[in-house]
Amino acid sequence: MSEPRYVRRFSRTERSLHWVHASAFFVLLGSGLVLYLPSLATEVGRRPLVKDVHLLTAVAWILALAAVLVLGDRRGLRATARELDVFDADDRRWLLGADAPQGRFNAGQKLNAALTAAFALLFAVSGTLLWLGERDTRFRLDGTIVLHDVLTYASVALVAGHLYLAVIHPTTRHALRGITRGSVREDWAREHHAKWPTDAQ
Amino acid sequence: MGLSSLLWGRSAWESTSRLIPNGVGAVLPQPTSGWRIYTVASTMPRIDPASYRLRVDGLVQQPVSLTLADLRALPVAEQVSDFHCVTGWSVDDVRWTGVRIRDVLARAGPLPSAGALAFVSAERPYVDSLTLDQALLPDVMLAWEMDARPLPRPHGGPLRLVMPAMYGYKSVKWVERVVVTREPVVGYWEERGYDRDAWVGRSNAA
Repeated sequence: MSEPRYVRRFSRTERSLHWVHASAFFVLLGSGLVLYLPSLATEVGRRPLVKDVHLLTAVAWILALAAVLVLGDRRGLRATARELDVFDADDRRWLLGADAPQGRFNAGQKLNAALTAAFALLFAVSGTLLWLGERDTRFRLDGTIVLHDVLTYASVALVAGHLYLAVIHPTTRHALRGITRGSVREDWAREHHAKWPTDAQ
Repeated sequence: MGLSSLLWGRSAWESTSRLIPNGVGAVLPQPTSGWRIYTVASTMPRIDPASYRLRVDGLVQQPVSLTLADLRALPVAEQVSDFHCVTGWSVDDVRWTGVRIRDVLARAGPLPSAGALAFVSAERPYVDSLTLDQALLPDVMLAWEMDARPLPRPHGGPLRLVMPAMYGYKSVKWVERVVVTREPVVGYWEERGYDRDAWVGRSNAA
């Protein structure tokens, strides 16, 4: 058997964006759960400190995302965004369970990206409003805390599914190599992403 | 549609919760049982009920220091009331057992100049106050039991104030001292812009 050939799937910019978001997510989730769950809040205490960690991580998260956007390969990211935005007939059939050929991103990954972006925006807005509401009653809206909570539940479910496919599920977990090292096996790419023109790489 | 949930989110959440049958609701995980534990200091007070004392002083004839047993010897009050946090969450039908403010004050004998009470928490520097009229409303109490169990530490055990008509920041946890004053002192959150008369639904609004 010959040496496997590799094709590049994710650019350095794309990988930076992914890992900035992923690391911020877990710090925010951890500190957020300490603030939210009574048992953890009692166990850990130090609420003012945990609150600062949560808030500063949120600020660092947004600044780091902005830095990647400014310093990274913007043209590449715009192309990726266009790729993610298109749901063609094959994508719709794939989502309905058919074995339709997929591009660099399959329809599930496109959906995951769209939901992740939407959740990030809603988290940022509701979090900012929670912060402002503690300082000025005019910013206190009825649904803010519920929105922030529901987003937490929804994003934990989404991330759990994402982690399962990326780390555990045997046929898909090779994708992890793409987001860590940038490249994936060519034969794997052909099988899972038949419409992705890997030769162009 | 996502952002507009800031406005409809809470009512949607409440109607959805109502739609879930009681039996199903009971098996669903309820990680917070509706409560959130807010503290302002870096460590949560840990108070041994056996050595606990409630000091009542200020404008009184005779400052007193009461043990939990002393408090339990006073007429016991029970009530079921709703708890509303100013940040937007509520817990309905909380069962409280404790003592009315009037009976505690009687032990120290407030002077005629008394006009307000400051409730000092063991969690420094938390303090809040009520006017005497507010503190003597029929559903205000110092509670040592919540939902038929000794008041848990995160909820202010062994003794907390319960003031259902106002937002939760008035219901001081870990109360260790009641100071009788002429005028209400400025509370912890009031120093940070919240209303002193924190009536639920009638305060802290634009």
